[in-house]
Amino acid sequence: MPLLDVRNLTTYYMTRRGPVRAVEDVSFAVEKAQAMGLAGESGCGKTTIALSLLRILPPEGKIVRGQILFEGKDIVKMSEKELREHIRWKGIALIFQGAMNALNPVYKIKEQIVEAIKIHEPNVTKREAEERAKKLFELVGLDPSRVDNYPHEFSGGMKQRACIAMALACNPKLLIADEPGTALDVVVQAQILKLLRELKEKLSISLIVISHDLSLITETCDTIAIMYAGKIVEFADIVEMFKKPLHPYAQALIESFPSISSKKYKFVSIPGAPPNLLNPPSGCRFHERCKYAMDICKKKEPEFKEVSKGHFVACHLVGG
Amino acid sequence: MSETLLKVENLKKWFPLKLGFFRSLVSKKLLYVRAVDGISFDIKNEEIFGLAGESGSGKTTTGRCILRLIEPTDGRIIFEGRDITKLTPDEMKSFRRRMQIIFQDPYESLNPRMTVEDIVAEPLRILRIANSEDEIIAKVKEILTKVGLTPPEEFMFRYPHELSGGQRQRVAIARAFVINPKFVVADEPVSMLDVSIRAEILKLMLSLTKEYRSSFLYITHDLALAKHLCNRIAIMYLGKIMEMGTTEQVIDNPLHPYTKALIAAVPIPDPTARRSEVVIKGEIPSPVNPPSGCRFHTRCPSVIGEICRKEEPELIEIEKGHFVACHIYSKK
Repeated sequence: MPLLDVRNLTTYYMTRRGPVRAVEDVSFAVEKAQAMGLAGESGCGKTTIALSLLRILPPEGKIVRGQILFEGKDIVKMSEKELREHIRWKGIALIFQGAMNALNPVYKIKEQIVEAIKIHEPNVTKREAEERAKKLFELVGLDPSRVDNYPHEFSGGMKQRACIAMALACNPKLLIADEPGTALDVVVQAQILKLLRELKEKLSISLIVISHDLSLITETCDTIAIMYAGKIVEFADIVEMFKKPLHPYAQALIESFPSISSKKYKFVSIPGAPPNLLNPPSGCRFHERCKYAMDICKKKEPEFKEVSKGHFVACHLVGG
Repeated sequence: MSETLLKVENLKKWFPLKLGFFRSLVSKKLLYVRAVDGISFDIKNEEIFGLAGESGSGKTTTGRCILRLIEPTDGRIIFEGRDITKLTPDEMKSFRRRMQIIFQDPYESLNPRMTVEDIVAEPLRILRIANSEDEIIAKVKEILTKVGLTPPEEFMFRYPHELSGGQRQRVAIARAFVINPKFVVADEPVSMLDVSIRAEILKLMLSLTKEYRSSFLYITHDLALAKHLCNRIAIMYLGKIMEMGTTEQVIDNPLHPYTKALIAAVPIPDPTARRSEVVIKGEIPSPVNPPSGCRFHTRCPSVIGEICRKEEPELIEIEKGHFVACHIYSKK
């Protein structure tokens, strides 16, 4: 049984102009001690998935249907109390995009970590929590004596490490990192990616890395899901995905990434812009920008089917 | 391609540091942020020159100093044979017709209260390039077509908020190229855009530079892109150029330990590629009080001794056109 099994998750934002279909019929699974990458352009629903997993959507966000099975239990059906006691922070921890800039500037880092521990594990004493904060600092490669610092005394990379430490405070089984590399310099970004890889090995936790940057996902993940306009268009093992992408969008996205090690870069781009999700295109949501679009693509939505073991794709071109 | 268009000599920009009232009483000497601390390079006609480095290395400041959007503290900027650092604002105007800038963030660099037409026509009006209003409109239409905002009539009367990020950046490019500039500074022009449209914008800039035979100063932190775009690259660190040469020399055969580390840190979009370990620790130090000697010595994995801590290495030519500032090479 996979640690996390998401089936047909559908999340809409109810706006006055109608529902924004941010995530629709998304299915994927994350095994224990495995890392999955969630890639796609801005506005494709990556973060909405993360918020749905923890049920921390803004008021207008609604999980319309689907199941989120975490260790076999459905998160969608849980009460707030159950979520707080078993899932948030203890089961699944989320490092928000730009979390390092959201640390409270008037509290010491230690106090912020202790607060998180105390809320989710009321039985832990303050001293124990402080000890744990120090251990966490060591784990993420920070000097434990610096738990008494304020956020402004930390550099960007150190703040990101502190955020990772905080996310690990209650021993989660799954860690979600939303754009862990943005706003960091390449050198620091490489250090953070290395830390995530090491933590996965050391603590054997599962990881979901959300990023628009495919190269960042290849550095950390075992499997990858590529999203477009609220749908997962392809899901596969990372090596397989790069060797043999099947969906035209996945192909174009992979090709559009310049690599420092490659000889030539063709400046490939996808014409047009992602659709408005208030009124997504009929049939396959990518058909307007797809160079292989056929008649059926406009009419019928392609099924998300397994073409070879562990390789799923939603395209009329594949598998007849 | 051989003739030099722009020559930067020993350019410096020190920003005075504002101290609090009490600290200014105690501290006798003025403190400065040495954003750019004595750099020299030249850009040839029709060349794409890349300026790369981490944030805080002084790339953007350099770009803005060259256009005199901020006044350099010291040094000379020679554009088409004339030192433009000493020109009065009036004299500068004739040079501004030949130099332009494209900013990083198309959401902030376009005035939200102006229509696309006004935005693109503004340089023509300010620099009095066109003779009549009709000519201005004709030029605006022509450039909008060239940047792919077609038909131009449909876009001219829109406001920036009605455009997508890619379209906005196209407007910014149109604004830069409408006056047929010789020299364009592009400060991270695609870093705010989605990957799938980045290539299109880059292609557009490449084709326009070719068509208008302009030179390009491309400021970026993305070495992978710089490799495929630039003819020559300079790597900056804490206000200094560490290494400079043709793209092949710098990226494929880096000499400076910093360049090597920077290249090793770039993630590769290929899961089968061999990952190199991160060799440098820590982050870029404060430019208020840069390390003595070689600025990189505090993070350098291959310090060779006292000399790195005491003496500042000079930028020396190792092979034709390939410059490095490192004591490892200055010995030989």
